[in-house]
Amino acid sequence: MVNLGFNIGDLHFKNPVLTASGTFGNGSELDDFLDVSRLGGIVLKGTTLEPREGNLYPRMAETPSGMLNTVGLQNKGIDYFEEFIYPRILNYNTNVIVNVNGSYIEDYIALAERVNKLKKIKAIELNISCPNVKRGGMAFGTNLNSAREVTREVRSVYSKKLIVKLSPNVTNICDFARAVEKEGADAVSLINTLLGMAVDVEKMSPSLSTITGGLSGPAIKPIALRMVWQVANAVKIPVIGIGGIMSSSDAVEFILAGASAIQVGTASFIDPQASIKILEGIEKYLINKGFSDIKEIVGYLNKSKNF
Amino acid sequence: MTKRIEDLKVIENKRLKNDFFVLRLSGDNKIPDFKPGQFVQVRVDDSRETFLRRPISIHDVDYGTNTFKLLIQIAGKGTEKLSKLDKGDTLNLIYPLGNSFSMPETNEKVLLVGGGCGIAPLLFLGKYLVANGCTPDVLLGFRNSARIIEFEEYLKIGKVFVTTEDGSMGETGYISTHSIFSTQTYNRIYCCGPDRMMKAMAGYCKSRNILCEVSLENLMACGIGVCLCCIVDTVKGNLCTCTEGPVFNVNDLKW
Repeated sequence: MVNLGFNIGDLHFKNPVLTASGTFGNGSELDDFLDVSRLGGIVLKGTTLEPREGNLYPRMAETPSGMLNTVGLQNKGIDYFEEFIYPRILNYNTNVIVNVNGSYIEDYIALAERVNKLKKIKAIELNISCPNVKRGGMAFGTNLNSAREVTREVRSVYSKKLIVKLSPNVTNICDFARAVEKEGADAVSLINTLLGMAVDVEKMSPSLSTITGGLSGPAIKPIALRMVWQVANAVKIPVIGIGGIMSSSDAVEFILAGASAIQVGTASFIDPQASIKILEGIEKYLINKGFSDIKEIVGYLNKSKNF
Repeated sequence: MTKRIEDLKVIENKRLKNDFFVLRLSGDNKIPDFKPGQFVQVRVDDSRETFLRRPISIHDVDYGTNTFKLLIQIAGKGTEKLSKLDKGDTLNLIYPLGNSFSMPETNEKVLLVGGGCGIAPLLFLGKYLVANGCTPDVLLGFRNSARIIEFEEYLKIGKVFVTTEDGSMGETGYISTHSIFSTQTYNRIYCCGPDRMMKAMAGYCKSRNILCEVSLENLMACGIGVCLCCIVDTVKGNLCTCTEGPVFNVNDLKW
């Protein structure tokens, strides 16, 4: 048996495969395809204090090795979440993480306070990196002072594990990682989508209703990997790698670069079983390489210095 | 109904006139009991160029031979690749997805309206209606002779009326201006095709209090209600076309 577990502080995850927010619904949508409880954790669809209708259609476009989306945090708000979604996730034998969003700092605080009371939720992912909302989202994650402030304020009201999801749309992501670490983040997850754009030449109009949107998928993997490598070398808290992970070998790249865990995102759209296949592949990789604990390869690039 | 992800075999790839083809598929398992209006998410290949799945509606089902058909128009790189599939090739599907057309009351007079490749789900729907004792009329519209889809199979459903914008077959003009609407009165109209055509039919039906259901073809990534990309604006707010649709009563749509 290989030990696949990792910890964020005293919160244990049985394996390093999580699902990325907005690509896995609330878990139950994928019940026909996999046993959610086998995963290390699931990050639920971005939630806000009030319900949000999100952006207008069209909300997606296929691009080479990727896709653009501009969903705009459509969700039914925390009241609905508590009443209808929370009871459904209680039986999952895995860590369920709520992705917390807001337009103003007060929204983040109020939402974090609410989620803090939910027993089953042991961690939140603070989303300061959504590129598809007019107010809030990425505005917090691309300004150092705002990133500091929102992390500090949420930290002061949220007593469980605080993961901050970073935006790649910055000059130096390490500055942001260090800043949120200093303000008390327990982990960072990166990257959110890269701001991108596509044009429909037949219609001579933007492919997305908001003109720009977030790029995800294998197209962004080299950038995500580079950023995870940089951040893992800049902070001491665990790093969760996200960005175009389609296979277990992609996942292992992130782990070797310094990620303690990974999130599977766009891959779940193409294969709803991708996360489980990636988990099985990581385990097989470790066995084949003769490792008994995944920790032996987290940040291996740094440990070996053989390159 | 349980959704599956499954490798199916191409039993036949029948090229039709113009840019259309029909894939007949089968698998090792018994095919599910499809409901008319449902669709599948097809994985084109493993390439990263045509990397997302393509939603395609169920065109015809034959439980006797455990096969079903997809009618597809070559419209881009993905469908171009699908058109080149050979007998024996494997195709990965997530299915069956979506809701279905509602069933008419006894004695209701029913019309199926299809425009272009939107005629695809109406064959299965029509045969299903016939099997349940309803004989609908069928109105098919095509832009011009280069866009006509062979429709012999639809003659098995009921009376078929055709319209083309250039008059190359049937009446000249749009579906909504076909003479059938001045000679016949329907209780229920099922419709699939270009947005503009469906909106015209929705307007016609609303003003006459005719029940009208349309099947939408919104862009989607996942097909299972998680990406929230395929939304349509309804009286209940934004709903996913993939899980709450693709069939909607036009009274629920904010058209």
